[in-house]
Amino acid sequence: MFKKILIANRGEIAVRVMRACREMGIATVAVYSDVDRAALHVRKADEAYPIGPAPASESYLRIDKILDVARRSGAEAIHPGYGFLSENAKFARACVDAGVKFIGPTAESMEMMGSKTRARQHMEKAGVPFVPGTARGLTSPEEAEQVAERLGYPVMLKAAAGGGGKGMRLVHTRTELRSALESAQSEAQRSFGDNEVYIEKAIVNPRHIEIQVLADEHDNTVWLGERECSIQRRHQKVLEESPSPIVDPEMRRRMGEVAVRVAQAANYTNAGTVEFLVDQQKNFYFLEMNTRLQVEHPVTELTTGLDLVHLQIHIANGEKLPFTQQENSIRGHAIECRIYAEDPDNNYFPSPGKITLLLPPAGPGIRHDSGAYEGWTVPIDYDPLLAKLVGYGSDREQAVMRLQRALYEYFVAGIKTNITLFQRILGEADFRAGKLDTGYLDRLLARGNSQIAAHAPEPRIAAIAAGMFAVLEPASSLAGNGSASASAQAPSNWKQKGRAEALR
Amino acid sequence: MVYDVVVGGKPYRLELEKSDAGWKCRLDGKEIRVDAVVPSRDVLSLLIDGQAFEVKREQTPHDLHLWVGSTRFGVELHDPRSLRARRSAAADEKGPRKIVALMPGRVVRLLVAEQGEVEAGQGVIVVEAMKMQNEIKSPKKGIVKKVVAAAGAAVNAGDVLAIVE
Repeated sequence: MFKKILIANRGEIAVRVMRACREMGIATVAVYSDVDRAALHVRKADEAYPIGPAPASESYLRIDKILDVARRSGAEAIHPGYGFLSENAKFARACVDAGVKFIGPTAESMEMMGSKTRARQHMEKAGVPFVPGTARGLTSPEEAEQVAERLGYPVMLKAAAGGGGKGMRLVHTRTELRSALESAQSEAQRSFGDNEVYIEKAIVNPRHIEIQVLADEHDNTVWLGERECSIQRRHQKVLEESPSPIVDPEMRRRMGEVAVRVAQAANYTNAGTVEFLVDQQKNFYFLEMNTRLQVEHPVTELTTGLDLVHLQIHIANGEKLPFTQQENSIRGHAIECRIYAEDPDNNYFPSPGKITLLLPPAGPGIRHDSGAYEGWTVPIDYDPLLAKLVGYGSDREQAVMRLQRALYEYFVAGIKTNITLFQRILGEADFRAGKLDTGYLDRLLARGNSQIAAHAPEPRIAAIAAGMFAVLEPASSLAGNGSASASAQAPSNWKQKGRAEALR
Repeated sequence: MVYDVVVGGKPYRLELEKSDAGWKCRLDGKEIRVDAVVPSRDVLSLLIDGQAFEVKREQTPHDLHLWVGSTRFGVELHDPRSLRARRSAAADEKGPRKIVALMPGRVVRLLVAEQGEVEAGQGVIVVEAMKMQNEIKSPKKGIVKKVVAAAGAAVNAGDVLAIVE
């Protein structure tokens, strides 16, 4: 077994991987950018080394610097987490060249899956179902128009190297097609350095359901059930659950078997996820394979009882999978809420800053994977994911109740978070009924929040509390100056007037 | 202690007096017995007639919010004896208005140059944080008198970016 692993990531996933390493008696090496010196993952590691300035392109994406740290620290393997270099074939290859084990698939598997068009050509041979469309990048706007005409509108434009919704455009009519194609191509170029865009028939109100797979380096591949990830915003997942409310054992087995065929066709090793679009008739179509550990892996861990990071490390160590497909079963229900630093009152824009108060939830059936702590300043430079709150129960109903209770306990001050959004979703009738599709969240948000809790406390309680705070804890209150909230906006009207005059 | 408290726009007069068992509190003249402790910073445990409330305090440069359970209340607290409190209540709405950064980030670009005309709600400056671009809009119709922030500059929440008059 490895004695030391470098984690080429930050935030909650770096902390999560380090926890697995510590459980397995493996020493951990953190890397950090200038703004992450005080980040949680640095505090949790056995060793930590700086790798450059805040922009990811100068730190967490620098293959040379990360491999240099691996060499200096004597790390035998690298876990890439998700995002950053996790699906970068060049990095996987550079690790091999440097004699460091990359905990993930081979560069060859990644390259095949990394390009959606190439993956498609390969998978069609393996009998994997696809949404009708081009398997190649579009060469001209004229070709796009012809293909769209043949498929019938609406169609979807997608970046071949894409992911996370970048370079994707839904096109309803012929008149929109050319400008959508241009913007998809330029976005693809900017985001991935590759402007290849292809076209597919758009599935109306699809579900997004994915299958977790694991493959060892001895030709054993298994599937570990599905995750329903239909609750998305701007093509970013917000809430995921396992099992899906609509997948029965028969459909699960069929999807699982297709996912295994996908993985085998790519000679896939380690943990991966095969994503499907599911239409209203429950037909499923291969979307893409994510060649990494997913953000939402905990819901699979809770329903299978497995630790995917432990298994990733064992697989990378050359061991065989310790179980067969038949030995696997799914038990109970798990739901994950992605807690983002974003402002629900300001169109969910990012809300970095200092966390002045953090009351994390705990208790039965609750898992809280976090990269944040009270007093930490959330940097502006990275993804706004702060933590993942996962609820587990013997069934969906209980998982929902536990999450609602945990969200009630959960409190973050100083920055804004989307905690209130989950309180809304979990209490909403369609969600409760399992009626989900990828347009669910946009529709919910468009409705506005009319759902004022019936049992809302009286404002009089807040009025009394305001006074009690001023009396009992004046130190961190401005009440001593006569006014708590007025002081910031009006230190002095004279001063303001003076400044205003100076600007004339 | 006497406070003028505004919760969600509604004013209350609050009088607090220490008593043997907690606090004697008069809210708009109505007497309520309150037991209150601060178990940790910015957290208040209130017991009112056997009912328990956990209240969290969140203070920003601009606002005071109190969360009772998971419900948020915007709160203003004034000491009526303070002159300053009364003055600020009559803040001047006319004249120059600041355009302020709502979040820390980097200025990506300026959409209106100095001395340019803007409509109320028109975007003036684009600030980027966490891979998202946010257009900061003018609070009023007028002329952009001064642009304080330059493209590429790092800004903090509350920083003045420009002045519109």
